[in-house]
Amino acid sequence: MASWPILSVTVFLPLLGALFIMAMRGEDASVARNARWVAMWTTLLTFVISLILVWRFDPSSPEFQFVERKPWLAGAISYHMGVDGISLPFVILTTALMPLCILASWLPIQRRVKEYMIAFLVLETLMVGTFTALDLTLFYLFFEGGLIPMFLIIGVWGGPRRVYASFKFFLYTLLGSVLMLLAIMALYWDAGTTDIPTLMHHAFPRSLQTWAWFAFLASFAVKLPMWPVHTWLPDAHVEAPTAGSVILAAILLKMGGYGFLRFSLPMFPLASEQFAPLIFTLSVVAIIYTALVALVQEDMKKLIAYSSVAHMGFVTMGIFAGTIQGVGGGIFQMVSHGIISGALFLCVGVVYDRMHTREIAAYGGLVDRMPLYAAAFMVFTLANVGLPGTTGFVGEFLTLIGTFRVNTPVATLATVGVILSAAYALWLYRKVIFGKLEKPSLARILDLDGREMAAFAPLVILTILFGVYPKPVIDVSQAAVSALVENYHQALGAAKTAELAK
Amino acid sequence: MYQAIVFLPLLGAMLAAIISLVGAHARHPGGSPPPGGEEHIGGPTPEHPHGAPSARGGAAVIRETHAEPERHEPAAAGSRTAELITTTLLFISMVLSWIAFVRVGFSHQEAHEVVAPFIFSGDLKVDWALRIDALTAVMLVVVTTVSAFVHLYSMGYMEEDPYRPRFFGYLSMFTFAMLMLVTADNLVQLFFGWEGVGLASYLLIGFWYHKPEANAAAIKAFIVNRIGDFGFALGIFAVFMMTGAVDFGTVFHQAPALTGKTIPFFNWNVDALTLICLLLFMGAMGKSAQFLLHTWLPDAMEGPTPVSALIHAATMVTAGVFMVARLSPLFELAPAALTFVTVIGATTAMFAATVGLVQNDIKRIVAYSTCSQLGYMFVAMGVGAYSVGMFHLFTHAFFKALLFLGSGSVIIAMHHEQDIRHMGGLRTKLPFTYWTMVVGTLALTGVFPFAGYFSKDAIIDAAFAGTNPAALYAYLMTLGAAGLTAFYSWRLIFKTFHGEPHDREHYEAAHETPATMQIPLFVLAVGCVLAGFPFVGIFAGSGVEGFFGESLATGGSNTILEEMEHVSWAISLLPTLLMAAGFAVAWLFYIRRPELPVELARQHSMLYRFLLNKWYFDELYDFIIVRPTLWIGRLFWRGGDGWLIDGFGPDGVSARVLDVTRNVVRLQTGYMYHYAFAMLIGVALFMTWFTWLMFSRGGG
Repeated sequence: MASWPILSVTVFLPLLGALFIMAMRGEDASVARNARWVAMWTTLLTFVISLILVWRFDPSSPEFQFVERKPWLAGAISYHMGVDGISLPFVILTTALMPLCILASWLPIQRRVKEYMIAFLVLETLMVGTFTALDLTLFYLFFEGGLIPMFLIIGVWGGPRRVYASFKFFLYTLLGSVLMLLAIMALYWDAGTTDIPTLMHHAFPRSLQTWAWFAFLASFAVKLPMWPVHTWLPDAHVEAPTAGSVILAAILLKMGGYGFLRFSLPMFPLASEQFAPLIFTLSVVAIIYTALVALVQEDMKKLIAYSSVAHMGFVTMGIFAGTIQGVGGGIFQMVSHGIISGALFLCVGVVYDRMHTREIAAYGGLVDRMPLYAAAFMVFTLANVGLPGTTGFVGEFLTLIGTFRVNTPVATLATVGVILSAAYALWLYRKVIFGKLEKPSLARILDLDGREMAAFAPLVILTILFGVYPKPVIDVSQAAVSALVENYHQALGAAKTAELAK
Repeated sequence: MYQAIVFLPLLGAMLAAIISLVGAHARHPGGSPPPGGEEHIGGPTPEHPHGAPSARGGAAVIRETHAEPERHEPAAAGSRTAELITTTLLFISMVLSWIAFVRVGFSHQEAHEVVAPFIFSGDLKVDWALRIDALTAVMLVVVTTVSAFVHLYSMGYMEEDPYRPRFFGYLSMFTFAMLMLVTADNLVQLFFGWEGVGLASYLLIGFWYHKPEANAAAIKAFIVNRIGDFGFALGIFAVFMMTGAVDFGTVFHQAPALTGKTIPFFNWNVDALTLICLLLFMGAMGKSAQFLLHTWLPDAMEGPTPVSALIHAATMVTAGVFMVARLSPLFELAPAALTFVTVIGATTAMFAATVGLVQNDIKRIVAYSTCSQLGYMFVAMGVGAYSVGMFHLFTHAFFKALLFLGSGSVIIAMHHEQDIRHMGGLRTKLPFTYWTMVVGTLALTGVFPFAGYFSKDAIIDAAFAGTNPAALYAYLMTLGAAGLTAFYSWRLIFKTFHGEPHDREHYEAAHETPATMQIPLFVLAVGCVLAGFPFVGIFAGSGVEGFFGESLATGGSNTILEEMEHVSWAISLLPTLLMAAGFAVAWLFYIRRPELPVELARQHSMLYRFLLNKWYFDELYDFIIVRPTLWIGRLFWRGGDGWLIDGFGPDGVSARVLDVTRNVVRLQTGYMYHYAFAMLIGVALFMTWFTWLMFSRGGG
């Protein structure tokens, strides 16, 4: 394995950058400029280092790799880090989107630039840490700690109703995290450790499984978010600055899905199977209900936020289907949604920076003056619709085909979402981009500048590349997913035999 | 070679896209928004035009304050280059396709090429692969030939349009997607091509995006197709569930073993094969605009006319027919599904023909005619005469593309007038267009020896000989529709080209079109003659098995082609008689006594309005689907999210919490820091507690 702690470097490099920015003194303008550049270089360097992970990663092994383990608090909690095929895609997604977020904030953020960049870099450390922690306590710290910078980003650099939005965000997540903490302690009492790989092979009694499953659900469902605890998301998105929305949609939501994969399914297989119908119901409701709500939105960001909830419904449905296609599709869908929704929020940011409104009715006919923007927006709209040839299709297709084998009605109802997503996404596009450019306020609007093109180009390429050639992404997680699904069914089988034997 | 056929159009599309984007960007350079876009201190000020040209974007002086940019704008840079590249590549692709047709059809050199892996997940294995058999070869020829000539025609038709690189890029992209569809070796690639052509259709219908009707029609087309694709996707899932595969080879191999098996669906156990076929056929109904999912096709006429010819007549809309043919080994095992196909096909053939009788927009008449002819093809599929359906697809591509392109020439000559009530007497002004359109009409109505005679009468014979429960219904419907077809087709010709000009001004200005538009008309007119008789043997005669081989479910218990041989000559003569009757009535109504139809419409005004309004399907769908959907959406948003969840959840709670905080903490620094601080303290407390637990446990 690696001779240097490559994971720790990936996790803590952004923190180092943040400390560096914090130490900056001097004239405001020069500090702001330097802070931007330091943040940019830090995130780029982190991304490059994370690519080494991909390069050295052995996709044929389902085991955790690049493992680092140091005794920490009292010997019971250790500093245990590692990635497998399930977490690696999220690590890369985080490190890849970070530089784009810094780029997207380059000009729009002019106030408290130093603090803003610090918040983002700290956030990156906490997010990557969440995906790489192999100890429950460590995971909890990263997972909950990630909220703080996000609170600050929404609360300080947010829109007019930022206080309300962050309040809502806070209330929802607080409830979830308290319950999860209790469950973590219960797990520790039962298994005597908080080491995740050990816990994954520990057979918890059924009663503990049930309530621990619900406690974790409370936390992950809010994060993801699942219906009906999703209402914080549209408000948080609307108030957050563009880059905040991108991170929120692309990474923070994925922590919920990741949690299901890392904890619920492997640690509580019996409960997962027993309550899968509940998840299916909530997923289908999310897919159809939020798609219908998206259809009548008047605010661009709200529409995309609701569409996010609908797309996350496919993820939960696929994961709890417990088939290779369902689980693998869930992971792919999360990566794909990370790219697409991030890009869509950037798209909103572009026009918001120019016109200072997100109201759909304030736009129309932009294609006349913004052809490149229209083209990029079109690609992401189609990806959001799940058109084959974009990443959106692969994720939806895999989750649906994986679920259909297990539960035909659920998959059938979820497929209705495919029709509705076409309706709201194309309607948005038509209202904003097509038509005659008649509003006088838009007459001087300008197309993408070089900075914005640089932010969009990689996203357009990835959306199409992984849409026609999804193999690299699927292959990374294939072995881990197979092992997860196999263990899940083994545990179920074992429990059945045990019950029969009684 | 096969890869060249498929990917040359893609190359063309990409080059045209680059030309289009580079040109557009040069015309509308980018510029940075004013810094501080995220600032909210002053509140939003939408009144002030932000985005004033910055230093870098200074070149973007406002040029477009005039009302109609599409009229005055200069052609996009590189228009001619983009046209030449895409058209040349398409012609190369066409030549290669004909070579492939001969090779595969007559020398039986079938091919199967894996291009790249697509989706591999567990036991799901999907490749990008090309399957070239006789069925594909027929489609390759149809698609590339019509597409190549439509490209050529568009060079003339779109001459005044400023966005030609974009147009040609879309056309080539469509062709690529269509070729992926017909060469697909598995259901997922078929679906890729399927949605790909849907996208191209969406973009091309909405090509003139300044027109609200065009945008509405584009979205309608996409969404109605998506409803069909909903079924298609479920069909794929069901196939995978039952066979563990999605590639045609494995699926067809396993299909016979599925008879009698069921799929659990809610509380029912449904026959697997019937369900699979019905779901897949739902996709076909959407794409081929069959009864109930047909409403998008007439509206799609908002797109430029060459698009209508290529996509909405010759190729894309026939994808549904192709799909049933391709999956004939499955459908053959599901007689109930085949009966359903027959019923839908027959109903569409009749329904669309009745609506076509009274329409006044030249393109809509041809569109309803297309809808009706697609119904014929499905009737053939439904009674098991797959090759006969393919025959009509083949001949129809030529004469319907010809009729559309002819209509396009008329429209151009009349300066974008599409209402046939304003035309008339154009015969002398547009003799070339007139004669080619007459050839197309002769072929469509099925006059010997034009192509339609062979293929359409074969379908009616097949319906007569068919054995499924709906065959008689199908026979009566197709027979009746044959008479109606003749009537509306000649009505179009007579009202457009004969009689007195109704709009003198337009009439005087009418002029014959340039050579780029006439050559395609001529070629297609030749095709209207040659696509018929020479091909009877391989499509509807003794040569079917020899030509199609394994690619269609022929032989075995399917004896429909044999039965057709035994249909008596008197029965075979009936369609021709009805066709003649239709012609005679049209002649009477529009040449001999033009006051008759007006009188008739007045006497039966209820019926007339029912037909004119297309059986009120748009109004019905708007009432039972569109409005309720939006209403429910609003209810969920305001009622569900706003009142129920927020009201009793976070808003209710936070209102209380806010009260408390206001009283307890009266600091001015903003709320956020408190929460962050509280959170930090909380985490620290949790940590402490946790550590303490560890210690006490370790110590005890």
